[in-house]
Amino acid sequence: MCDGSSDRPFFPHRHLLGIEGLSPDEITVLLDRSENYVEQNRRIDKKKSLLRGRTIINLFFEHSTRTRTSFELAGKRLGGDVINMSLSTSSIKKGETLIDTAMTLNAMHPDVLVVRHQSSGAVKLLSEKVNCAVINAGDGSHEHPTQALLDALTIRRRRGTLQGLQVAICGDITHSRVARSNIHLLLAMGARVRLIAPATLIPPGIEHLGAEVFHEMAAGLKNCDIVMMLRLQQERMHGGFFPSIREYFTHFGLDYPKLANAKSDALIMHPGPMNRGVEIDAEVADDFGRSVIREQVEMGVAVRMACLEILTENLDRPELRTN
Amino acid sequence: MAGTDEVPSLTAYVNARLIDPASETDSPGGVLTDGERIVAAGAGLFNSGAGDDARIIDCAGACLSPGLVDMRMYTGEPGEEHKETLATAGRAAVAGGVTSMVCLPNTKPVIDDMSTLEFIARRARKHGLAKVYCYGTVTKGLDGKELSEMALLSESGALAFTDGVKPVKDAQVLHRALSYAQPFGFVIVQHAEEPSLSAGGVMNAGETATRLGLAGTPVEAEIIMVERDIRLAKMTGGRLHFAHLSTAEAVDAVRNAKNAGLHITCDTAPPYFALNELAVGDYRTFAKLSPPLRAEKDRQAIIAGLIDGTIDTVASDHRPEDEEAKRLPFSEAAYGGTGLETLLPVTLELYHNGHMSLIDAISLITNKPAELMGLAAGRLEAGAAADLLVFSPEKGWKVTEDRLSSKSKNSPFDGRPVQGEVLQTIVDGRSVFRRGE
Repeated sequence: MCDGSSDRPFFPHRHLLGIEGLSPDEITVLLDRSENYVEQNRRIDKKKSLLRGRTIINLFFEHSTRTRTSFELAGKRLGGDVINMSLSTSSIKKGETLIDTAMTLNAMHPDVLVVRHQSSGAVKLLSEKVNCAVINAGDGSHEHPTQALLDALTIRRRRGTLQGLQVAICGDITHSRVARSNIHLLLAMGARVRLIAPATLIPPGIEHLGAEVFHEMAAGLKNCDIVMMLRLQQERMHGGFFPSIREYFTHFGLDYPKLANAKSDALIMHPGPMNRGVEIDAEVADDFGRSVIREQVEMGVAVRMACLEILTENLDRPELRTN
Repeated sequence: MAGTDEVPSLTAYVNARLIDPASETDSPGGVLTDGERIVAAGAGLFNSGAGDDARIIDCAGACLSPGLVDMRMYTGEPGEEHKETLATAGRAAVAGGVTSMVCLPNTKPVIDDMSTLEFIARRARKHGLAKVYCYGTVTKGLDGKELSEMALLSESGALAFTDGVKPVKDAQVLHRALSYAQPFGFVIVQHAEEPSLSAGGVMNAGETATRLGLAGTPVEAEIIMVERDIRLAKMTGGRLHFAHLSTAEAVDAVRNAKNAGLHITCDTAPPYFALNELAVGDYRTFAKLSPPLRAEKDRQAIIAGLIDGTIDTVASDHRPEDEEAKRLPFSEAAYGGTGLETLLPVTLELYHNGHMSLIDAISLITNKPAELMGLAAGRLEAGAAADLLVFSPEKGWKVTEDRLSSKSKNSPFDGRPVQGEVLQTIVDGRSVFRRGE
């Protein structure tokens, strides 16, 4: 029963379904563990055997290249067996329900299911029907916890702490699971959060989560330490939320004149994939000194290794069966 | 003792607390029935004994009221018999004390044709449980464009007209429906929801929806349609009724219209005065309803509307859905909840919470909906059908899957402790449900 790591700080959850509800200590456990893997991933020999004999299934109901690859690499670098399933194209079209798919996979005894689904709450529903650990790799417009964790790790490595930082999240907040997970994480860790978007892309009541809402980039970016841009999710939009891409970019796209309102050393972040010339100017995105967009991708693998490691450790803790 | 399948002759229901809202009676008393009819009802009816020839039913101090009248429910028959049939709906109804119910017309095929109406009436008669009545559609095939044959449907038994869970969204179509129906005296029942504003919405818009990442339906979708339709009713003199109001400002709009002398009525359903949007919790699809559960201030306003009479009646909004339709991610799950068996206890919360008297609460689900639908039901008077309900207003129980007779188990009140239990239900003098049997 004792796995030799009982002296380590403990993450008391069976699944990672979202950031909302996690304590600062729990978030710190995940970030600290991720830190270990950053160095390992930069070595030539990247492989460990911690997850040898463990099966990880990447179950993606929605198209993804980056997140799926990141989870796949994370699992493989820890020595686990990783299977990728893209269900947007197979059994869903044959009418199989989410629950049926979950039950079927569960019967194959995976250890971790990494799930992305286009509907908010779908990953939680699936987690109630399986015996393994479940990681939410993005559910609808709800949460994308590993993205928020990798953003936090990127910031922490650059700034030392999240406490007291002023962070602006800009763009399509309404449809963004990345925004929601980041709001919960940043506020929990003592950062201040501003949301900047046209009024049509700010969901009602979001200010009650503790963020401040702006509709103008210059005012919103004033003295910010971190500028997080979001991808405009046109595939989730029904009807016109703004008049044109040209007008959107002029008013809400990140370019140097708007960026000048932020602190001179403000970091520029983007969860990818970027729409250059839509939400972010190409030059700004590639600004070597300030853009940490590629670093975010690097941190992504480390964070996902940490999450896989911690949740598989927890599989041996029967007291977590019920949460 | 006579068998329950035969129509008993003289029967005396004695030793009851008689609740008859139509005659404003709440006192010890009883009811005497002969065959399918009530012969006499009143306080102190059997003070000098019930007579030797009558069969005696001792109510042992329980409440005796008219059987409940549910003015809006859905049965899956015809078309969705895997969710509910007329037989299972009938059993659920009598277990819930309902002796008359009015079915929504959005069956498959829809009730826009006399033959469907007659099919349902014939099937329901065969079961001999709660009495089944129907709405006809306002528009043919629920297409929102062409008017149904309202007069012919009415002659075949349609009580009123509605497109069910779909609003009549085209203002000109509703205008014509109200105009056409007016000289006939038909009631047009509207599900008030501006579809262009509610499109994609799966719960009440606001902080909870935003937190859950779900698309919201704003309260304005209901308010705008109610305000528009009140103007159309005023323009035509037509008889308009709003189904299941859920928002504070829609209730205000109806209150103002009534104060201005317009003959507009409305109802609500138990979820809208007993639950709010927080019941959705962590994506509970049993709490996914249409209209959606609203904010706490809306819930309070619905109660206020019931207290001051702005809201005329309460309907069960019974909408059975099978597991396949509810065990889905929230945004993909079906709307609706069962309600026949929780109509009485949840409506009694209005009494238990001190909002109104027992008789006023019972009135919302007996004589008032009967009057609105033009049904000779919901009252205890000589000559009326012997549709009776014996219940304990205090007895507590918990809403669970096992306890419900409906074929579908999607109660928004699942797990809720409630007060008020049906002991016996009598339809046309026959005992059709008795607790414990």
